[in-house]
Amino acid sequence: MSTAIERHRYDVVVIGAGGAGLRAAIEARLAGKRTAIISKSLFGKAHTVMAEGGAAAAMGNVNSNDNWMVHFRDTMRGGKFLNNFRMAELHAKEAPERIWELETYGALFDRTKDGKISQRNFGGHEYPRLAHVGDRTGLELIRTLQQKIVSLQQEDFAETGSYDSRIRVFQETTITELMLDGDRVAGAFGYYRESGEFLLFEAPAVVLATGGVGRSYKVTSNSWEYTGDGHALALRSGATLINMEFLQFHPTGMVWPPSVKGILVTESVRGDGGVLRNSEGKRFMFDYVPDVFRKQYAETEEEGDRWYDDPDNNRRPPELLPRDEVARAINSEVKAGRGSPAGGVFLDVSTRLPAEQIIKRLPSMHHQFKELADVDITKEPMEVGPTCHYVMGGVEVDPDTGAAFGTVQGLFAAGEVSGGMHGSNRLGGNSLSDLLVFGKRAGEHAAAYVDTLGVRPKPAKIDVAAAAEVALAPLARAGGENPYTLQQDLQAVMGDLVGIIRRAGELTDALKRLQELKARVANVSADGGRLYNPGWHLALDLRNMLVVSECTAKAALEREESRGGHTREDFPKMSPEWRRVNLVCSLDEAGEVHLERKPVPRMRAELIDLFDRSELAKYMTDEELAEVEAE
Amino acid sequence: MKRHFRVWRGDASGGELRDFDVEVNEGEVVLDIIHRLQATQAPDLACRWNCKAGKCGSCSMEINGMPRLGCMTRMSTFTEDETITVTPIRTFPVIRDLVTDVSFNYEKARETPAFAPPPGVAPGDYRMRQVDVERSQEFRKCIECFLCQNTCHVIRDHDENKPAFSGPRFFIRAAELDMHPLDDRADRKEYAQASQGLGYCNITKCCTEVCPEHIKITDNAIIPMKERVVDRRYDPLVWLGRKIFRRDELESASAKPSSAHPSAPHPPTANPSAANPPTVNPPMSSARLPQTAPVGPDGHMDIAELVAPQQGGLSPFGEDIEFPLPPEQISYHHPDPDKSPDH
Ligand SMILES: Cc1cc2nc3c(=O)[nH]c(=O)nc-3n(C[C@H](O)[C@H](O)[C@H](O)COP(=O)(O)OP(=O)(O)OC[C@H]3O[C@@H](n4cnc5c(N)ncnc54)[C@H](O)[C@@H]3O)c2cc1C
Ligand code: SF4
Ligand code: SF4
Ligand code: FES
Repeated sequence: MSTAIERHRYDVVVIGAGGAGLRAAIEARLAGKRTAIISKSLFGKAHTVMAEGGAAAAMGNVNSNDNWMVHFRDTMRGGKFLNNFRMAELHAKEAPERIWELETYGALFDRTKDGKISQRNFGGHEYPRLAHVGDRTGLELIRTLQQKIVSLQQEDFAETGSYDSRIRVFQETTITELMLDGDRVAGAFGYYRESGEFLLFEAPAVVLATGGVGRSYKVTSNSWEYTGDGHALALRSGATLINMEFLQFHPTGMVWPPSVKGILVTESVRGDGGVLRNSEGKRFMFDYVPDVFRKQYAETEEEGDRWYDDPDNNRRPPELLPRDEVARAINSEVKAGRGSPAGGVFLDVSTRLPAEQIIKRLPSMHHQFKELADVDITKEPMEVGPTCHYVMGGVEVDPDTGAAFGTVQGLFAAGEVSGGMHGSNRLGGNSLSDLLVFGKRAGEHAAAYVDTLGVRPKPAKIDVAAAAEVALAPLARAGGENPYTLQQDLQAVMGDLVGIIRRAGELTDALKRLQELKARVANVSADGGRLYNPGWHLALDLRNMLVVSECTAKAALEREESRGGHTREDFPKMSPEWRRVNLVCSLDEAGEVHLERKPVPRMRAELIDLFDRSELAKYMTDEELAEVEAE
Repeated sequence: MKRHFRVWRGDASGGELRDFDVEVNEGEVVLDIIHRLQATQAPDLACRWNCKAGKCGSCSMEINGMPRLGCMTRMSTFTEDETITVTPIRTFPVIRDLVTDVSFNYEKARETPAFAPPPGVAPGDYRMRQVDVERSQEFRKCIECFLCQNTCHVIRDHDENKPAFSGPRFFIRAAELDMHPLDDRADRKEYAQASQGLGYCNITKCCTEVCPEHIKITDNAIIPMKERVVDRRYDPLVWLGRKIFRRDELESASAKPSSAHPSAPHPPTANPSAANPPTVNPPMSSARLPQTAPVGPDGHMDIAELVAPQQGGLSPFGEDIEFPLPPEQISYHHPDPDKSPDH
């Protein structure tokens, strides 16, 4: 077996070719840096391609009352005030610019009557705010960024005769380890999936944009790529993760047929009039409006229905509550025996919109149900249930620059892999805009960081050799465990014991089982050679999934309250004391996960003023409120 | 229930169809079965996938000889005793098993000139009408599964045409930009003809037939592009007219050509709202006028294709061939790079 290692030198290496990674790479290249983009799958197929609903930006095209302050407020409310306020602020302020910029790259969003970008309603957003293209917004976003990169490459070609001279895409390439020189990032080590050959990037700055962790769950909307690589790479290089206990379970995943269980049914179905019913035909969401949201949601079906046409004078239907609320409600209905035959509830648009409207507004949902479940959504309801969808927690970063906290320098993170922005629960549509806003910032600041360096950090030979050895181990080992079995076992532990509803006993049990799995994963083996070998690839991803799962389980055990994407049956209430706490994970020398409590940064006074005192009282301690009053 | 599968296994040096008996459950798709094979019998079986929902275009393969997405091919479409034969897409070199080297497509993408933003229109000031963007939006639905590329006979088994021919995926890209209301380049059609090899296409419609997004590649992109290239080449007057008029307006204009007046044809658009006084309101459309799409009376493109029993044109394999083929008739031959095809 050859251990030849291909070497490359770049100024900025972006790991991940989803929305965040591509936007970061564009910015780094525009700042004149030689940039590499690395992606596990083919260029243009990252997870972002699957996003359906839209990208939230307070452009005010549909309702001119919308502005960044309203968007900021919605985001903080959605995240139950645990968000990093500065990130939420930057996001709300900069999202419109980032969306408009996409049009200059060639994006074609759906339009309003007066020719502007159309915006649609979504759960938790006060006004129609999501820029969209039918229900394939993610495809438009990633294709646009992909094509912008091509256009930059064409400029470089005209100037230098080589498309790859300033920005190069390494597709189907997986990074397994970051290289450090002291505390500074020196590069990244990985392999080509196609050939199994190794490569080493020497680069002083790395941007992580690797997306999420959902593959650790059995029922998930996430693809094989979501193994938490970026989270694990960050931990191993000395960075920290925050709030890993918060996972978003999307309320509406497909539940039938079994093979597509988890695949997403976009929230726009509800935004466009779809309603949830239990097996008794009841619109049960009216029974599940929590006190904090009581004022904003309709109390009767009639009022809810009127809202679609006259949102200024009616309150929205409770089907549009934030995702965590809807997911829990569905969970409760099913548990109470009022579920659908396949163990979900019914989501119905067929009785709410004429067939041609449904096909026009939700073409890919129509297509998806037709093709995968043989259900015609213009005639029958869909069966849906919660599915693991998004991780709110992630790499702890500086809000303005995206630089990772902890001991490491030169590491940046953006997109789903970073944490803080969404607090305990993400609003639909806030991710796509997050990718653009913080992708740009991370690219810009990674480039600026490179300029501050005198000498370039160098990867140590011994580290490179060690990384190669770790990568080859599963192939060299004979008779070890099957990686697919291990993955199933891990998914079972996480799904059953660290799922939507959590209990102390089960979490303790989960931690014990994760330790056992750790020992088994250390003994995983893969048959076949290095050439495009998915068994080997999975074997290498497993250790990342495992360490990230451990962070989630540990933090979930620690946080004794229920908030957003973290529900503890034994602590069902939201606690103002816990709102002041971020849970931060790090790795020690021995590779053990450490958990630490850190205070949530305090919101600036002018931002606090955007909220009613009565609203703040639902989230804050008396002491905090007194301080607010004093200001 | 166990079902019989034949899956091509091998790499660039050669390979063969291997037999598998594998469990199949209700509601599963071919990709599920491939995954089950990986988990139980062939852990190193190579296959691309991401979304499992027909959104990413990764899982292209040939199932009983038909180019398809593995994740969108339901097992219930086969009879219970049927053998299912899965082979890699044939137009691109095999890397391993069902994974092929599709870099051809990324090279062609790089050669296709990018969107040219209209000079002088600031971000945020782009104004376009829904009917105008819908034509290009149809082509932007493309998930880059490359099934159309795989099917097109110009390059299927004809590697020698690859340098000169970009393929249907990139014809729709050119058409998309051609119809983009604000794209600043006016030579998309000429480019497609001169540099993308549009002339090789003889409108067999095979590409449309296999497109999982039901994009009418031939009717809505290739034919209009060809038509207009021809018009422009041979009829300078019509060419001038095309520059100035939308196609529907041209019909009446050609009856009374004297009325040709460059500033006239701009259709009145939605009233500038209060927030956009006319002085700062940029044009709804670019100066270069888009040609009409097949827009219905409701102002939208028709969706007949979605409900038609068969979309697009005729079967690429001939109307008299029925799928799936009997397994003994399927012989996947890996193209030998050293030998040029003998036909
Ligand atoms: C079905 C679905 C629907 C959604 N709908 C919406 C929506 O409507 N609105 C919204 O705002 N959000 C939505 N989301 C969420 C949103 O799509 C994601 O959070 C977002 O796309 C993540 O983007 P990203 O750039 O962080 O990462 P991704 O787009 O996931 O990209 C990750 C990239 O990192 C690469 N990578 C990972 N690990 C490695 C490694 N070790 N080495 C090299 N490369 C690596 C991957 O190959 C990939 O290219 C949806 C998500 C799903 C699953
Ligand atoms: S119509 Fe036929 S020849 Fe033309 S691009 Fe499509 S498949 Fe190829
Ligand atoms: S045009 Fe259709 S068949 Fe061709 S790559 Fe795009 S989606 Fe696939
Ligand atoms: S897996 Fe994405 S299209 Fe089949």
